[in-house]
Amino acid sequence: MKKFDKERLLLGAAGPAIALVVAVLLTSVVLLASGKSPFEPYAIMLEQAGFADIQVLILNAAAGYYIAALAVAVGFRMNLFNIGVEGQYRLAAMVTAVVGAKVALPGALQLPLLVLVAALTGAFWAGIAGLLKVTRGVSEVVSTIMLNSIATAVIGYFTLPKVFGVQQGNNKTTGEMHDSGWFPNLDLGPAGELYGFVFVAVALGIAYWVVLNRTRFGFDLRATGASESAAAASGVNAKRMVLTAMLLSGAVAGLAGLPTLLNDTHTYSLSFPTSLGFTAIGIALLGRGGPVGIAFASLLWAFLDKASAELDYRGYDTEIAVIMQGLIVIAVVVSYEAVGRWGLRRQQQRVGKELAAGHVLGKTGAPGTSGETGTSGDNNDKEVAAR
Amino acid sequence: MSTAPALDKRPAAASAPGRRRVTLPVLLLIIAGVLALTSLVRIVTGADGITNVSQMSTALKLAVPIGMAGLGGLWAERSGVINIGLEGMLILGTWFGAWAGYQWGPWIGVLAGIAGGALGGLLHAIVTVTFNVNHIVSGVAINILALGVTRYVSAFAFEGVPQGTSKQSPPVESLGQFSVPVLSDGLETINDKGWFLASDIAGLLGGLVTNMSPLTLLALALVPASWWILWRTSFGLRLRSCGENPTAAESLGVNVYKYKYLAVIISGGLAGLGGAFLSIVANPFYLEGQTGGRGYIGLAAMIFGNWMPGGLALGAGLFGYTDSLKLRGGTENVHALLLLIAILVLIGAIWLVLRKKYVGAVIAVAVSALVFAWYATTKEVPTQVVTATPYVVTLLVLSLSAQRLRMPRANGKPYRRG
Repeated sequence: MKKFDKERLLLGAAGPAIALVVAVLLTSVVLLASGKSPFEPYAIMLEQAGFADIQVLILNAAAGYYIAALAVAVGFRMNLFNIGVEGQYRLAAMVTAVVGAKVALPGALQLPLLVLVAALTGAFWAGIAGLLKVTRGVSEVVSTIMLNSIATAVIGYFTLPKVFGVQQGNNKTTGEMHDSGWFPNLDLGPAGELYGFVFVAVALGIAYWVVLNRTRFGFDLRATGASESAAAASGVNAKRMVLTAMLLSGAVAGLAGLPTLLNDTHTYSLSFPTSLGFTAIGIALLGRGGPVGIAFASLLWAFLDKASAELDYRGYDTEIAVIMQGLIVIAVVVSYEAVGRWGLRRQQQRVGKELAAGHVLGKTGAPGTSGETGTSGDNNDKEVAAR
Repeated sequence: MSTAPALDKRPAAASAPGRRRVTLPVLLLIIAGVLALTSLVRIVTGADGITNVSQMSTALKLAVPIGMAGLGGLWAERSGVINIGLEGMLILGTWFGAWAGYQWGPWIGVLAGIAGGALGGLLHAIVTVTFNVNHIVSGVAINILALGVTRYVSAFAFEGVPQGTSKQSPPVESLGQFSVPVLSDGLETINDKGWFLASDIAGLLGGLVTNMSPLTLLALALVPASWWILWRTSFGLRLRSCGENPTAAESLGVNVYKYKYLAVIISGGLAGLGGAFLSIVANPFYLEGQTGGRGYIGLAAMIFGNWMPGGLALGAGLFGYTDSLKLRGGTENVHALLLLIAILVLIGAIWLVLRKKYVGAVIAVAVSALVFAWYATTKEVPTQVVTATPYVVTLLVLSLSAQRLRMPRANGKPYRRG
């Protein structure tokens, strides 16, 4: 059984590794085709990652990516596609910024209030899609796309100077938040300031793992995702699970904008970072829905974002990093599929060989066989989650 | 407008007893009724802009890219492949259209735009059909990739060229415009008179014959052409069978992979055409972020239209119209349309009473009263309301009719040759 585990681990690592290699190769082809050196950009980017200030920037950016990707991953576990993380986090950040500017409580109360407001706003926006799916059968993919656009309009309205907005030059903002609502930063001297929210992101990752893998709710969630009819047969209310998962996903999504808002800008403005929600889908896929995988994926993404800024000064274009991100996502989904299929075939061959050799399954080493069926079920589970 | 009646029975029986099918005459009657109401509202409020010839012509221009994206979605989904990557294919269309257009003329640009979109479609087909990856995942990846690739290559293709920057292409020559000689002027005159109904219909038709680009005509023709190909030829029947029941199709000798590939490539080509329209006709250049999510809206228009070309065109028209309100003196016109909405919801309430659904009727009356109060107490409407309108309408339509919408049965399901 131990030997088998090793193979599974190898297969698990092979997917992303192959994908990365393919993506790097293809990016090199693009670089070659545009008449540039196919290797130097990587060297520059790796060199950048060695500097402490860039490392801090990467960690700060990764926090937002990580939280948003967790939100997407919660949905994935249920076979729900929350494309609306984009709208949810932006709306939540805007509402939080407004509350933070209008309400001034002492820090010990203000921060929890702001976090709660963000989570509730995100959950509310996602809940609309969840409710429509459960009661009216509207596909969450379409409704969340619509809700993204509606969120943009709502944000546009609320940031009007006659509503909650404050005009600052050319920029519409929501006004400076009271400093009791500023999340503490970790001052690292010359390297810059590490967002305190990075630690919240880590805590969220741990909570995500515990809830999904160590609670009954998490089991029900994964079971419903794997097979709705089977879960229903064992007494899970699938509709309620859909709604709960959507609310949970929205609540987490609501927090995704907070690292930037509470640690850095302290106001919501036109220049608030966008399209985090779409990026998060790629990151969640890359990390296969697991908390550790997503952490690596968001660090990789943040590395490509932040380390590529230097490329502009060295005669390359930063957009090469965006191409690489797109290629990585496509390569990853294809390689997971291919590796998964290959692993399944190997497993079938081995079982077939054992049968042919005259071992009656269940007679010789019952634990071995139960282990195998168990893992194959697990594999399918993962495969479902990865989609 | 005909799906197999056998397939329609189930949802109809499930939702309510009796005669639910909307036939073509009924639909036309509804459209005529709405037009008459609009005309009434126009006369009462004096907001002549809502059925102006130029308003309609702008609306048409804005509806074309959305409609082409939606038509692309229709082709893909009828073959059973969900295409969220339409946005990316639209982006590829805008870039290739402008890139080839400024160098070799607009018509080559149109072809290049189609080819660029089709390239995106081919990638989507390889990933979803051959590798069986989840369709939405692949689509999202294509959107990211298309954005990155076009931004990257713009730096080489457009920077340093006269009037080009890394974010914008040099201008593309126009395809030319034409107005149908006598008809266009005549309709415009009638439209200007401000008569009840006649002027509004003249405005609507006038928009269709005034300052039209040949590409608009082509796009308009593609809607019935798609219907004819998909529902009246054996090629279309086979293609649709792949979206309904690929296993059965295969057992009858249809090469499912081939049809899916073709459908998705055509889908990309149509989206690419929509993109080329954006960067050649709507604006004479490529601009980063020009598509503005129209691919997603096209997808919504298709679902709004129940996976049928006619409904899709109606949806795209609605989106185009509200978009045009945003551009042309929107706040007053939308304010006038509030009255229309109030009346429409009231009619809906009466209909609900007739069907003995009193709770719904009470809610509808309340909504109608609220909208009317909004109309009566304000002079104009914030632009954001205008922006959000098409999305809210789509959500409403979906939530009211999602159970009656019927997507291709095997849509989005992985299929492996057995």
